[in-house]
Amino acid sequence: MPDSLLFGTEVLLNGLMAGVLYALVALGFVLIFKASGIFNYAQGVMALFAALTLVGIMEGQVPFSHLINAAFGTDIHHFGWHVPALVAIIITMVVMVFLAWAVNHFVMRHLVNQEPIILFMATIGLAYFLEGFGDLMWGSDIKKLDVGLPQGGSFWIEENTQWLGFGNENFYGFFLDKLDLVATVIAAILVAALVIFAQYTKQGRAMRAVADDHQAALSVGISLNFIWIMVWSVAGFVALVAGIMWGAKSGVQFSLSLIALKALPVLMLGGFTSIPGAIVGGLIIGVGEKLFEFAIGPYIGGATENWFAYVLALIFLVFRPQGLFGEKIIERV
Amino acid sequence: MKLKLATWATAALMTASPVLADLVMPSLSFRTGPYAVGGIPLADGYADYFTMVNERDGGIGGVPVRVLECETGYNTEKGVECYESTKGEGSLLYQPFSTGITYQLIPKVSADGIALHTMGYGRTSAANGKVFSNVFNFPANYWDAASVAINYLLDENGGDISGKKIALVYHNSAYGKEPIRTLEKLSEKHGFELLLLAVDHPGQEQKSQWLQIRREKPDNVLMWGWGVMNQVAVQEAANIRYPMENFIGAWWSGAEADVLPAGDAANGYKALTMNGVGKDFPIYDDLQKYVYDAGLAAGAGNQTGTVLYSRTIYAGFLAHMAILKAQEMHGVADITQAMMVDGMENLEITDAMMEKYGVAGMGPEFSVSCENHGGPGLGAVTQWDASAGVWNQITDFKVSDKSIIDPLILEDSMAFAAENNIAERCN
Repeated sequence: MPDSLLFGTEVLLNGLMAGVLYALVALGFVLIFKASGIFNYAQGVMALFAALTLVGIMEGQVPFSHLINAAFGTDIHHFGWHVPALVAIIITMVVMVFLAWAVNHFVMRHLVNQEPIILFMATIGLAYFLEGFGDLMWGSDIKKLDVGLPQGGSFWIEENTQWLGFGNENFYGFFLDKLDLVATVIAAILVAALVIFAQYTKQGRAMRAVADDHQAALSVGISLNFIWIMVWSVAGFVALVAGIMWGAKSGVQFSLSLIALKALPVLMLGGFTSIPGAIVGGLIIGVGEKLFEFAIGPYIGGATENWFAYVLALIFLVFRPQGLFGEKIIERV
Repeated sequence: MKLKLATWATAALMTASPVLADLVMPSLSFRTGPYAVGGIPLADGYADYFTMVNERDGGIGGVPVRVLECETGYNTEKGVECYESTKGEGSLLYQPFSTGITYQLIPKVSADGIALHTMGYGRTSAANGKVFSNVFNFPANYWDAASVAINYLLDENGGDISGKKIALVYHNSAYGKEPIRTLEKLSEKHGFELLLLAVDHPGQEQKSQWLQIRREKPDNVLMWGWGVMNQVAVQEAANIRYPMENFIGAWWSGAEADVLPAGDAANGYKALTMNGVGKDFPIYDDLQKYVYDAGLAAGAGNQTGTVLYSRTIYAGFLAHMAILKAQEMHGVADITQAMMVDGMENLEITDAMMEKYGVAGMGPEFSVSCENHGGPGLGAVTQWDASAGVWNQITDFKVSDKSIIDPLILEDSMAFAAENNIAERCN
């Protein structure tokens, strides 16, 4: 088989995997938008905060240790224990639920029925607060995240796809990252669970009702506080999963919050209100940007992925302004 | 009457009080933001060096040093704000550790008569002191780094790298693109094939670039990265099982934070350095005694001995020597900004000085002149030992290929001079 076809296929497969990782970030945005009509600018920072908290708990780090030491002249940094990954993930989830409660209690409940732009501005404030709070709580230095996920290319896939080259010496099997494969499985489970939750459970239906109209939902007895805390908690869980996957690649550090940039074109393409849309959008963006970089990148200096993702999203927007799976909004006057 | 009395009383008090002189050393730090991982050790090292000087020697020439820290978040606009808000304090020397901020400060420091030191970053052609009166980039610059890397590969390959394929994975920014021209010239000279792979900011997603490396199978990969790009690149290289000993990062891609997330897989990765690494320098005994044990360490006090911390210990030492030189030249201890520029321009670093101040071997001997603000252009290669968790220096400081670099510096600096109507000095 010709090199370009083999390598193009490899790029396509890796694009699909990258798309899943983008979709993991986009899912958090979709959940909150679906339930409250808020574009949560803080979603990327939530992923960072969740990952910081997870590593901090696993390593037995004393939260706010710098602050405590500065105030009391002590020199404490660690509790001296290590917490197993699974237990640490559960404790982190509890922290994220508490964060959801705090966001609702101190910010969102005061903004019921406000314009979407006001709610958006509130999440910008929340992002900056959480960024500083995370630094203060766990420190700014880079942290290795090891929850036991496999890393590196899969030997098995490489060996068992080598025959596809039909003797082509330049081809030695497809490269697929084991971490990406795990992320794909986790994303598939997550999406299935979230779709079932949103479509077939009482709380899911209540969540959608709140998204349509806060006051109408209140009038039929839906607790806005409960729904918002629930949704922010679920978004916190999705942020934790995204934080683990991305943090395993680069270590846990401030830059993790920038993964939100990768989610924006996915949302534009898939729609802000569709969970499957986030996945399909992620896959299209992932494959599109990787294939473009592979085929066209070398002729125009490379590094095309960031901007091409947005170009691709904008092309889709021309034909489907609400995104591929977004709800068509018809407003009558 | 009361107002008059109060005015007289205030005036009398001011006359009677001794003037508290100090040597102000601004530190444009970035302890927050996407590059905080690199910014924290840089800021801590610089602050701890001058704390040690104050505690051990009572300052420099009897005048205490005041480190004036201003947080930039590695943001160019904030960096300029920091400069504007601190220059009036009598700031002697700026070291922003950001190429973006450096480019904005070059015209400002030249107009204000303040010294700017950009060791191993910033505008490479600032090495030409005939054009850049207030900017210094000794002991080495980006182009030196590119040449030192190629010289190292020449040494490794018996002096012949013709026909080899060398890839450059670079941050798609002014910083990342700096070595390209030098490498292109070197590729013409030595006959190697240069493969350029750009990575967009911030560099969290590099799958395309590393798949291309897997396809192209370059003999060596060089990296000009910063921040999260470094950690991801090292991890991706490990993922495709690229031989780490053939992977060489620039000196801003060779700190502990760059390799720790990849764990054992990063073992053998190499990086350039312009300063000695590790804690095996007598200055660390003084830092222990006068700074750490006294509870005066900057930040969390957990960066001691890291590559970037040592880099600003070295930067602090060079600034210290420049202040001493200025004091000696002008016969005053409380030097001015203009005197500091003189101190920088007449700086001479000898082995005896480095021995005396506990930094023997941390850098090369060199001297600065009106014409040459770039120093000797020496660099060394370090290698990461993952099991011990340390960087080891595996070569001596070696010289770059000046026959390639000097003409490039001259060409670029003269173009800058023509654009900005700068008359040559030092004639």
